[in-house]
Amino acid sequence: MTASILIKAATLPDGTTSDVLVRDGAIAELGTVTAKAERTIDADGLRLLPGLVDLHTHLREPGREDAETVLTGSRAAAVGGYTAVLAMANTNPVTDTAEAAERVYDLGRAAGLVDVQPVGAVTKGLAGEELAELGLMARSRARVRVFSDDGKCVHDARVMRRALEYVKAFGGVVSQHSQDPSLAGPTACCHEGELSGRLGLPGWPGVAEEVVVARDVMLARHTGSRVHVAHVSTAGSVEVIRWAKAQGIDVTAEVTPHHLLLTTDLLAGYDPTFKVNPPLRPEEDVRALREALADGTIDAVATDHAPHARHDKEHAFVDAAFGMLGLETALPVVTTVMVEDGLLDWAGVARVMSANPARIAGLDAVHGRPIAVGEPANLTLVDPAAKAVVDRDASVSLSRNNPWHDRLLTGRVVATLLRGTPTVLEGALA
Amino acid sequence: MPTHAQTPAEGRVVLDAGDISRALIRISHEILERNKGAEDLLLLGLHTRGVPLARRLAANIAQVEGATVATGELDVTMYRDDLRSNPTRAPHRTQVPGGVDGKTVVLVDDVLYSGRTIRAALDALSDLGRPAVVRLAVLVDRGHRELPIRADHVGKNLPTARSERVSLRLVETDGEDEVRIA
Amino acid sequence: MTRHLLTIDDLTADDIGQIFTTAAEMHDVQNRQVKKLPALRGRTVINLFFEDSTRTRSSFEIAGKWLSADVINLSAKGSSASKGESLRDTVLTVTAMGIDGLVVRHAASGAAEQISRWIDVPVINAGDGTHEHPTQALLDGYTLTRRLGSLEGRHVAIVGDLTHSRVFRSNVKSLTKLGAQVTAVAPPTLMPAGVGAWSKAAGFATAYDLDEVLPQADAVMMLRVQRERMSGGFFPTPREYTVGYGLTRDRLALLKPGTPILHPGPMNRGLEISADAADALDSVVLDQVSAGVAVRMSVLYHLLAGEETQ
Repeated sequence: MTASILIKAATLPDGTTSDVLVRDGAIAELGTVTAKAERTIDADGLRLLPGLVDLHTHLREPGREDAETVLTGSRAAAVGGYTAVLAMANTNPVTDTAEAAERVYDLGRAAGLVDVQPVGAVTKGLAGEELAELGLMARSRARVRVFSDDGKCVHDARVMRRALEYVKAFGGVVSQHSQDPSLAGPTACCHEGELSGRLGLPGWPGVAEEVVVARDVMLARHTGSRVHVAHVSTAGSVEVIRWAKAQGIDVTAEVTPHHLLLTTDLLAGYDPTFKVNPPLRPEEDVRALREALADGTIDAVATDHAPHARHDKEHAFVDAAFGMLGLETALPVVTTVMVEDGLLDWAGVARVMSANPARIAGLDAVHGRPIAVGEPANLTLVDPAAKAVVDRDASVSLSRNNPWHDRLLTGRVVATLLRGTPTVLEGALA
Repeated sequence: MPTHAQTPAEGRVVLDAGDISRALIRISHEILERNKGAEDLLLLGLHTRGVPLARRLAANIAQVEGATVATGELDVTMYRDDLRSNPTRAPHRTQVPGGVDGKTVVLVDDVLYSGRTIRAALDALSDLGRPAVVRLAVLVDRGHRELPIRADHVGKNLPTARSERVSLRLVETDGEDEVRIA
Repeated sequence: MTRHLLTIDDLTADDIGQIFTTAAEMHDVQNRQVKKLPALRGRTVINLFFEDSTRTRSSFEIAGKWLSADVINLSAKGSSASKGESLRDTVLTVTAMGIDGLVVRHAASGAAEQISRWIDVPVINAGDGTHEHPTQALLDGYTLTRRLGSLEGRHVAIVGDLTHSRVFRSNVKSLTKLGAQVTAVAPPTLMPAGVGAWSKAAGFATAYDLDEVLPQADAVMMLRVQRERMSGGFFPTPREYTVGYGLTRDRLALLKPGTPILHPGPMNRGLEISADAADALDSVVLDQVSAGVAVRMSVLYHLLAGEETQ
């Protein structure tokens, strides 16, 4: 049995103050707690949230353990306040079978710091041609529910249609990396616009994302299925999703922390730290994404944590790997960008970083739960006012491709509890 | 036309316009005497003030001997031994009418001091061809040689202390003719 | 003067003027028996070319050698992505022996700038992807200045595949810096993304109709168009491209007499130059090979010979 923990005087998402007694992995008492516990955390001035859930993480194992492992990625997740992460399938080998999914699942259990939920590939080998064994993956110990070829787009309409239909049988969902390859090919790396034109970088036009989003919501309507849009990056995509939801189409969407704040101007110095797919966009898109997250058009924040070994980034911009770290900085970025500016309150943060992603992933029996007696104690304690300058070398990830280095952010994860066991205390791994 | 800095007028005058003119006339005669006439002579002025001085010498020689002497300009920027310790500047014109092969080249400069500029000029000359003879004419020799270089024709010997500044001003570049020591 | 020459932005109009003045002097050296100046004696310059180019590389090689530098040519072909060795590793290995200057050509835009952040040696960009080719633009500017005198108020037309042209990006900057009015001419599919905003901010014009632009031009710069662009759907057929944007005999007649025509070479007959105009053109397109060496000598001299001022 895990030790009991008393969290004193925490502010709950709804703004009320409460003590929280955690015992045997669950919330035992709320309100004013007089009982004694083996450990006490003084949470005066701190905000208690349901444990964060990341719909989109790259843990790189198997295949690129030099960039990250399930263990080191789990550490980064815990430090970031996460109690569950969905591990994308573009590993080597690809997670496109039940065995591969179970392997990742077992690595996560062994690490024991966060619930690692494997994502299954939509197509065999991510080739975009034939469906992978979606049903077997769903039935495996890994209980895969979210399927994605992320990194690549399921661009064949017929294959996407089949996938959307097929997953209905077991309540699955396809998370689509929306990128029409004939409009934005593999070399496309900079938002197509004035900067890409001047810099001579291959452009990645926003419309390459929007045409796929538009197509997929129509396919979702046609098949009566649900679809999830990964890392939305443009105002146009937001418009399409907003319309689709108004039509009653079952579409959900996520946005990354970096797309909420960083803009394409950062590419002016050709620094591959800022190379990501989809690319950073102009200010107008960033503003539209923030509004969409605030009004619910976008359901969740998902990090798209993409660790890379140093040498994979130290290439010419066009040749460098795509992706940025994100697990450890997600909460501070959302606090700085959304909460400080009044776009989202803490109840909203709980919604977009915990409840909604848990529901989309099918983990809502255990994660993203309300803070109530009897619920599993997957909790995150946050200092909403702490300001700190990000130091990339202080990260617990194996990689260092951090776009937030040297930036002042507000908000800090103080403690993370996974089923009542502290994984992080006083801001560091327990 | 390359720009040059005008020398400010400071210190006491040691040569006035008249002194300078007489010195240049004497040097012109000496050049003709040594060369036994004007044949195969080539006067090369070293930028900046050596250039107008060379032209004046050529004019004097034309008056005395009735012959036009080939006159040109030599830039030694690329050959300086202190290139690395200064910011780079654009070189001035190098113009050598008729080439230097087989000629009696008279290098013309305003002030002879350490001798390094002349050493650089000799290197520049050797890359341009093979003169038969090279001589040096200067308006002022202020001593303190750092290399074994000496002038064949000197307008005025001016012993100076290292701390003193010799400012040479010419009509063509500074508006008037005079030499001062400060 | 600047420490690196990565883009034309590194040079002021005065710097460009100085480079031209020096280049004129360097040009004379080529006519001497002893084609050497000692300005870079004892300096080591490495030409690090990740992208093939005989012309530019030999131009830089001769330029360095005529300044008495020790020049080493290294061809680092094949993207470093293949072997787990990063571009940074490759560059650090090459410069580890202690060199004085690096001339870099790479197929990726921005490579020269990225490299300049990794090493402590002056870097000269000999062409990075579709981004810039500063010494080519300096050569073009030098050639036009010798032909036309001051470029202030002169109208220069740049024609061709602007999107994929580093020669265009460098030239539009240098020519406007020297006071010229630049009009960039191309079909819409070959205009760079965002060119509307860019041209407004940078002070140059754009046009689709070449025949309207040519009669006012004081100089014309034709860019190479690659046939591969056809497969990208940029234009339907070579003959359609030539009719719309190629230099044909008829178009030569539209030009004011004596208008200089520049072409970075080699020419694609039947594409940006029609077959029948090509022969007439050989005598009109200005020879820039010796000028190229002089300009590169000037750049190497100004960047490497003296003490850094920055």
